[in-house]
Amino acid sequence: MIACILLLLIMLGKNFGMSSNLRTLCTLCGAGKTSDFFKFDWKTQKWNLIVVLGAIIGGYIGAHFLSNTSAVALNPETISDLKSFGFESAGTAYLPSEMFETSALLSFKNIILLILGGLFVGFGARYAGGCTSGHAISGLSNLQLPSLIAVIGFFIGGLTMIHLIFPLLF
Amino acid sequence: MRTLIYLLIGILFGITMFKSEAASWFRIYEMFKFESFHMYGIIGSALILGILFIQTIKRFEIKSFYGEKIVFTPKTKSFYRYLIGGIIFGLGWALAGACPGPMFTLVGAGYIPILVVIAGSIIGTFLYGILKDKIPH
Repeated sequence: MIACILLLLIMLGKNFGMSSNLRTLCTLCGAGKTSDFFKFDWKTQKWNLIVVLGAIIGGYIGAHFLSNTSAVALNPETISDLKSFGFESAGTAYLPSEMFETSALLSFKNIILLILGGLFVGFGARYAGGCTSGHAISGLSNLQLPSLIAVIGFFIGGLTMIHLIFPLLF
Repeated sequence: MRTLIYLLIGILFGITMFKSEAASWFRIYEMFKFESFHMYGIIGSALILGILFIQTIKRFEIKSFYGEKIVFTPKTKSFYRYLIGGIIFGLGWALAGACPGPMFTLVGAGYIPILVVIAGSIIGTFLYGILKDKIPH
């Protein structure tokens, strides 16, 4: 399915990359005044924002009309691991309720973690010139060495976070 | 008309992300623990098909639906920006459990706190725009 989306966008003369939208959103907020990086005609990226709008609608459809249960069937080892970190919802939910239930917004620590996670994703995606869709799918499909380096970076970062930093955070 | 096509592609993408569980924080965690084939299957199968599609388009010089030549812009050659940027992205990906596509899917699925992550990622992108000339590329 993902490859079909890639193919469709290529055949429409576009490319598949979701994180560019974050830059477009910055430009829409008026960031063009602060850095040349945001000075471009956002209308050329309008098509991609529409894909984002579609992705939101798709999420709604997927969650409300196409799912009886959204519990993720994780590896039992992963579940017991997560429970030891205090994620009691592992194995029974789609996202950890400790982080993504609306009530989790009452936890100061949780808000900080969510903002930090977002900050790293946004900063890293632009620094590396792409995210999972732009590098791991589009870039690697086109056999681009830079994308391979970026994907190796994704894994160094992800493994560090989960194996070294998680035990300190939770 | 084109707008409608992009909207439909987005909807397809959103449903795929949600139903494949690629938008699940748990799946990302499991992937980095190497305890399931799930995410590797999703990315790997997309990659194999993607390589086939792109190589076919290149070899036979297939034109786009509008009859235009399809141009693949190669990524600029560099090492540090991809490695360091990649590592920073990976740290965030594992912590927030979502990358820039699924983030928006989760908004539609009704998880309010993901908006905080999206706000964070927009600020992160903005910071990059400001600092970009001061960091190695």
